[in-house]
Amino acid sequence: MARLLDVLREELKLTGTKEGCGEGECGACTVLIDGQIVNSCLVPVAQIEGSNIKTIEGVAQESNLHAVQQAFIDHGGAQCGICTPGMVLAAINLLDRNPTPSESEIRTGLAGNLCRCTGYMKIFESIVKACQSNR
Amino acid sequence: MPDHPFGKSIPRKEGRKKVTGEALYVDDLSFDGMLHGVTVRSPVARGRIKNILFEGDLPWDEFTIVTAKDIPGGNFVALILNDQPYLAAEMVNHPEEPVVLLAHQNKYLLEEARRNVRIEIDELPPVYSLEDSLARKAIIWGEDNIFKKFLVDKGNVEDVWSSAHLIIEGEYHTGAQEQLYIENNGAIAIANSEDGVTVWGSMQCPYYVHKALVKLFDLTEDKIRVIQTETGGGFGGKEEYPSMIAGHAALLAWKSGKPVKMIYDRAEDMVATTKRHPSKTRHKTAVSADGKLLAMEIEFIIDGGAYCTLSPVVLSRGTIHAAGPYYCPNVRIKSQAVATNVPPHGAFRGFGAPQSIFALERHFDKVARKLGLTAEEFRRRNFIHEGETTATSQEIRERVDMEGLLNKALELTDYHAKTRRFAAERGSRVRRGIGFASFMHGAGFTGSGEVYLQSVVGAEATADGHVQLLAASTEIGQGTNTIFSQIASEALGIDFDLIEVLQPDTSKVPNSGPTVASRTAMVVGKLVESAVLGLKQTLIGSGFLPEAYSSQDFQKACGEYIDRFGSLKTAATYQPPPNVHWDDEKYQGDAYGAYAWAVYVAQVAFDELTYEAHVEDFVALQEVGRVINPVLAAGQIEGGVAQAIGFTLFENVVWKDGRMVNNQMTNYIIPTPADIPPIKVYFQENPYAYGPGGAKGIGELPMDGAAPAILNAIENATGLVFTEVPLLPEKLMEGMLAQS
Repeated sequence: MARLLDVLREELKLTGTKEGCGEGECGACTVLIDGQIVNSCLVPVAQIEGSNIKTIEGVAQESNLHAVQQAFIDHGGAQCGICTPGMVLAAINLLDRNPTPSESEIRTGLAGNLCRCTGYMKIFESIVKACQSNR
Repeated sequence: MPDHPFGKSIPRKEGRKKVTGEALYVDDLSFDGMLHGVTVRSPVARGRIKNILFEGDLPWDEFTIVTAKDIPGGNFVALILNDQPYLAAEMVNHPEEPVVLLAHQNKYLLEEARRNVRIEIDELPPVYSLEDSLARKAIIWGEDNIFKKFLVDKGNVEDVWSSAHLIIEGEYHTGAQEQLYIENNGAIAIANSEDGVTVWGSMQCPYYVHKALVKLFDLTEDKIRVIQTETGGGFGGKEEYPSMIAGHAALLAWKSGKPVKMIYDRAEDMVATTKRHPSKTRHKTAVSADGKLLAMEIEFIIDGGAYCTLSPVVLSRGTIHAAGPYYCPNVRIKSQAVATNVPPHGAFRGFGAPQSIFALERHFDKVARKLGLTAEEFRRRNFIHEGETTATSQEIRERVDMEGLLNKALELTDYHAKTRRFAAERGSRVRRGIGFASFMHGAGFTGSGEVYLQSVVGAEATADGHVQLLAASTEIGQGTNTIFSQIASEALGIDFDLIEVLQPDTSKVPNSGPTVASRTAMVVGKLVESAVLGLKQTLIGSGFLPEAYSSQDFQKACGEYIDRFGSLKTAATYQPPPNVHWDDEKYQGDAYGAYAWAVYVAQVAFDELTYEAHVEDFVALQEVGRVINPVLAAGQIEGGVAQAIGFTLFENVVWKDGRMVNNQMTNYIIPTPADIPPIKVYFQENPYAYGPGGAKGIGELPMDGAAPAILNAIENATGLVFTEVPLLPEKLMEGMLAQS
């Protein structure tokens, strides 16, 4: 059976969701299903009937970026960009649950998303800055 | 936009595309009628191919099947020695070596087909380790298993041994490391005899792929077109391997007449593509009673895998960096790259230097201890100064202040107070320690490499006054698009937004060389500066632009010039800085135009119960010339340090019969957001006269210092002397148990 990831990328042409490992380790394929954060490479498409799926393509409102997206641009949160869609969704999900996370809560909140470029420092900083701009 | 963008943290040029998911990576592209391609690989390490069988109940006539005999040109990946075939024809020399290519529209059927190709091989005795290769347990490459040897000989070490106060020896090892870019290798090709070959792919070096495809298809250069798509990380892992996967996709496209997409999954990417060269280094060091270096003899050996690929140049960089930022009158470095029957090892950030610097900076803590000096005092007495010479007898002609960097780094980390406090706290379950490493990293190609490359950058103005930069240097996350635009905008004195960086496409951009070796900002950036200054001179010289002008004046002048003359283009070709000399035979001279200098300090907490060593705090202090973009530059350092922490404490390639068996992210562990300490980055700026705006290279530097700093800190915490990375908890446990 097709994975949610394949349906998004191949049938719906929503290629912002990336495949990094295909085994739920890297988080590049992160999407939100009814507000829950999941790895779409681990979800058989039959499981999501009637659910609301949010991918990176649904984050910006027309030309207005989400505060997290803007903060990633302004503070170096994205380098090569391949983990970025998943990382942005994970960050948004974290801030939805906890609008003012501590550094250790940020680390835990993003622990399912791997980045090989940044060493994570600028990602943490982007999230902190996004919280401040939200206030 | 600021008037002077140089030195400012201007947001990444393609940042918006990346945060919205609009950036298109190779797997995001699709063509009508496109087939998918896969590779069938050798099941064994070494042997002679007897037969290839297509088994199972599969519609084999629907598949495009390519073997070595279908190759239209030369069956080798053009690089240094051209010894690696695109497809094994008679012999296989490593596990997972490509033998057969398959293409089909249905990628699920294709996967089943791959599993039903049986390659029958008469096995031959393999060699899996550097030691067995040196011992010539079997001759598997050339006459002696040796890809390359270097000898660096400065002064005469033999004259010193008998009169030295102390001679200290040591042996050090480093393991393989997977680049683990989050985007796997991938390529799409369209190929036919009429139009030639066009490839889109994830890559660092479009002209490497171009050169390789010219040979593979025996076509003229104009018939090969290589386009870099957005690239999801490289770190060296997309330096030479894209030539292989692009060639494979193109061979399938050539035979099928259809576009072919070939994308590796993670398991294939990890098991089949390049990794950092494992290494072994032996040191023999003579010192005087007052702690001065008298002689250093260094033997540096790397495991190159089954084919030569880039090993000679990796060996070269590792060799030249092996003696570090110290002055020693007598230095002999003997180095070798040897063959084993494992997939070829390749480029990975640092390119041999992290291996030899690890050995040196661990060894120098040992030398200091034997001398009864502190680690910092021993280094202080031996740091290189302006006017002194390196191991290759390169006279340092820039201001270098390693002592200042060391003092500053120790002050920033409160090193001395912490050393005392941690010593007083011994006895608790968590032992803390602090350690450092001092090192340098040369930017650009080694020796005469940049002269041979003859890189070219072009600049073209548009009628509406935008400036397009034409270079083959790729944006792979490190910030090429942004810093090139900053350099051009600064040099021209026009708005940053008027600068455009063209997507690297060999049919449109000149060869500015590969995106490797910390050369993009310093070497290619200088060419960007020269090329755009050419535009400005043309406009001023022709009277369209006054000496003092605004962005609007510039735009107007471009329009008028193009109206009159049709186009406005310039190009700049690499010129070496004056007084740079290199002797390829003797391996003596000016190895690099410039070095970045650094001291890194690690604080480690070691848990006696779980045997985990956790890096709690990390300070990275470096002198890198002028910083073009502080946020991007710090991002390079932080990312490099994180990879180096992985190299030191997490990333263990498990080998079985020449094959990586933990080829999954589940069991090859890289640092997660929860594992990385605060990485505090500090820059000191000493402008380099021949870099754009004074900049030097920084990309590889942060990979060099963390491993020895962390092991020095672990020794400080535990009293245990470890000489190998990766250092996993089980090794720490063995060490602790042996101690008690």
